[in-house]
Amino acid sequence: MSQATVTYKPSDEVDFVIIGSGAAGGVLAKELSTNGFRVVVLEQGAYLMEKDFTHDETKVFAQSLLTNKIKLHPTTFRKTPQDTAKKQQCVLYGSCVGGSSVHFTANFWRLHEIDFKEHSKVGDIPGANFADWPITYSDLEPYYTKVEWEIGVSGLAGASPFDPPRSKPYPMPPLPVKGSGVLFERATRKLGYHPFPAPMAILSQPRPGRSACTNCGFCLGFGCEVGAKSTALSTVIRMAEKTGRCEIRPNCYVHRIETDKNGRAIGAVYFDAQRNTHLQKAKAVILSANGAETPRLLLLSASNQFPAGLANSSGYVGKNLMPNSNALAFGVFDEPINDYKGFAVSRIMHDFYELDPKLGLYGGGGLDARFDFTPVTLALNGLPPGTPKWGAGFKQTLAHDFTRTLEIFCHGTSLPVESNSFSLDPDVKDAWGLPALRMTFRDHPNDLKMMEWMKDRAMEILDAAGASTKWHAPIQEQQFAVHLLGTCRMGNDPKTSVINTDHRTHDVKNLFLCDGSSLVTSGRGQPTMTIQALAYRASDRITALAKRSEISA
Amino acid sequence: MNSFYPARRDFLQLLGGTAGAAWLTAQWPAVVSAAQHAHDAAQAKQPTSFEVLTPDQARELDAITACIIPTNETPGAREAGVVFFIDRALKTFASEDLPRYRAGLDAIQKFTADSFPGVPSFSAASAEQQQKILTELYAELDLHKGVPRRGIPSGTADFLQTLHFHTVFGFLVDPEGGGNRDFVGWKLIGRESAHSFSPPFGFYDKDYPGWQPVPGETEKK
Repeated sequence: MSQATVTYKPSDEVDFVIIGSGAAGGVLAKELSTNGFRVVVLEQGAYLMEKDFTHDETKVFAQSLLTNKIKLHPTTFRKTPQDTAKKQQCVLYGSCVGGSSVHFTANFWRLHEIDFKEHSKVGDIPGANFADWPITYSDLEPYYTKVEWEIGVSGLAGASPFDPPRSKPYPMPPLPVKGSGVLFERATRKLGYHPFPAPMAILSQPRPGRSACTNCGFCLGFGCEVGAKSTALSTVIRMAEKTGRCEIRPNCYVHRIETDKNGRAIGAVYFDAQRNTHLQKAKAVILSANGAETPRLLLLSASNQFPAGLANSSGYVGKNLMPNSNALAFGVFDEPINDYKGFAVSRIMHDFYELDPKLGLYGGGGLDARFDFTPVTLALNGLPPGTPKWGAGFKQTLAHDFTRTLEIFCHGTSLPVESNSFSLDPDVKDAWGLPALRMTFRDHPNDLKMMEWMKDRAMEILDAAGASTKWHAPIQEQQFAVHLLGTCRMGNDPKTSVINTDHRTHDVKNLFLCDGSSLVTSGRGQPTMTIQALAYRASDRITALAKRSEISA
Repeated sequence: MNSFYPARRDFLQLLGGTAGAAWLTAQWPAVVSAAQHAHDAAQAKQPTSFEVLTPDQARELDAITACIIPTNETPGAREAGVVFFIDRALKTFASEDLPRYRAGLDAIQKFTADSFPGVPSFSAASAEQQQKILTELYAELDLHKGVPRRGIPSGTADFLQTLHFHTVFGFLVDPEGGGNRDFVGWKLIGRESAHSFSPPFGFYDKDYPGWQPVPGETEKK
């Protein structure tokens, strides 16, 4: 349980109530409590600690130890607004203190300058609802640096010729190279590309109370038992609690933001573990519930005064969902790589970050070499096509391939499409009787085309690396989102955005949103670094507003 | 596209794809007791009796799972204690699958008797007959669209998919999860059981000379 040094009563009007304790909520909690404010963080999931983490997949996967419980929180999916959505798990997010940062891969890429102003550069794209950010890379750069130093990011500044400018090197050297990284580095250099050590939010050197990575091999999908993964839990949540002004309150399912007759938020209504309802009162409310649950919560908070949902005068709440595009290629090699040892990724390349316009593709991507299978998931999902599904042949391939397989993961742009969205399902209810989350999604054709192109490059790299067997996953429309981006976008125009550059909603003066939903473009994958930089920046902006009495006035 | 190889966001889609649906039967309130149970069972090392399965059901499951991951020159599902893992799963977090197991085992028995008159059960079939039966049933799983082919009882594919999942888990899960006895699954695939490792990890990184910038490029800043 929590090492809480302070607890508040729901009836105490604290300065801020933050919904969600993940990458963004954790940073806001730390910064605002450090700045002297009284903060309550309401977290849907449990308060798990390092001692509660395990390599047991029956708990982590089969019982969703760290992630959303689909039986209690069902989701529905449809491709277009004309379809009726069907019950289907279509999102995965962290549901524990620390949020998705607890189980994530920890790839920590900054956005590049182009990501903030690409619309101006390339113009409108048919079928896309494409916009520039109202801030630039240089506005965010100090906060990227702050993230790297505060939570601990391993990497090598200047190793990629495509990196955007940075004001400081990484606080610690890259993690050791893995076999997949060596094969990738040699192959991509042979082809004239520029691989470099992956920036990862995993410690290569110990920090007080936290071990350097021990290379245990259960990383993506699992909680880190030695605190080496720089999650919100292992970093900012602990700093927030140490201030003595921040309470992290787990097992609280917030389902409504309450407003008064003046249209101001007065607090968050939640079910506790016993399903009793409480209103946590606060002078201001911050939603960091992720790009799915933040818009859902706004829509659930509809009232006579806000009939389309809270902060939704633009109609943009839940719209423009961008999950990032992706493609996967696999190779089996003659000798043991043993890539199950260690974290997932040690080498990446950004040569395709901005593609040559002559290719006729918008956006771009990054490639990494990795192995993110466990023995169970490789057996179920990672063997070459044509492998026998059972029997001696299945067993033989499994025995040979587990230590000899690597993946090349292509991450890329998702274009914003207005109809791609999260909304409330009109029929399906969750275990509390509230409307379930509905996802409407169909990839923009460009994104699929770009991933076809990217996948072909990955297959060439596997050839150059000397893979004895290689194959790729089919490129097809996605029906499952992990990166939940863009659904309450930031902008200067209240007609086409939900929050301003202070992360304040255009409609409700003391309501702020900060998480993946704030992003205007999707970058090229790996959004957590940007979400945290935004949260540090938002903390500064909100602190300045509060100190000028511009929130409660 | 078959259900064993869905396009993936990444491996996490396993949780939510078609494959995961069969396995995601946990009830959150049951997690704590299930975890404790699995832990106790793992400590007990070798459970000697079944808590949920009848002896007949256990015998049939033993025969089927021993075909899915056979014992040959190396250990298979049997040595990993897969049936004990399944029994424990059905007692705890996968208790909702019990009706599917009962119906599925009945269906396989019927299919066996229909295919080979006079053979009363899968476990009583010859090795060759067992291979034929599972070949048919797995083909059904590959083609599974909810409409069974003639002669194959409905629900068989759902059961087989669940059983396949449980068998793989029981063979390869961290032993803390109650399967993979004596690490026989991990030994087969070459996964060492230590909790920490140091580089070099394998063949290709053992002579890595250290990071070298590309000639002609200098590190900036």
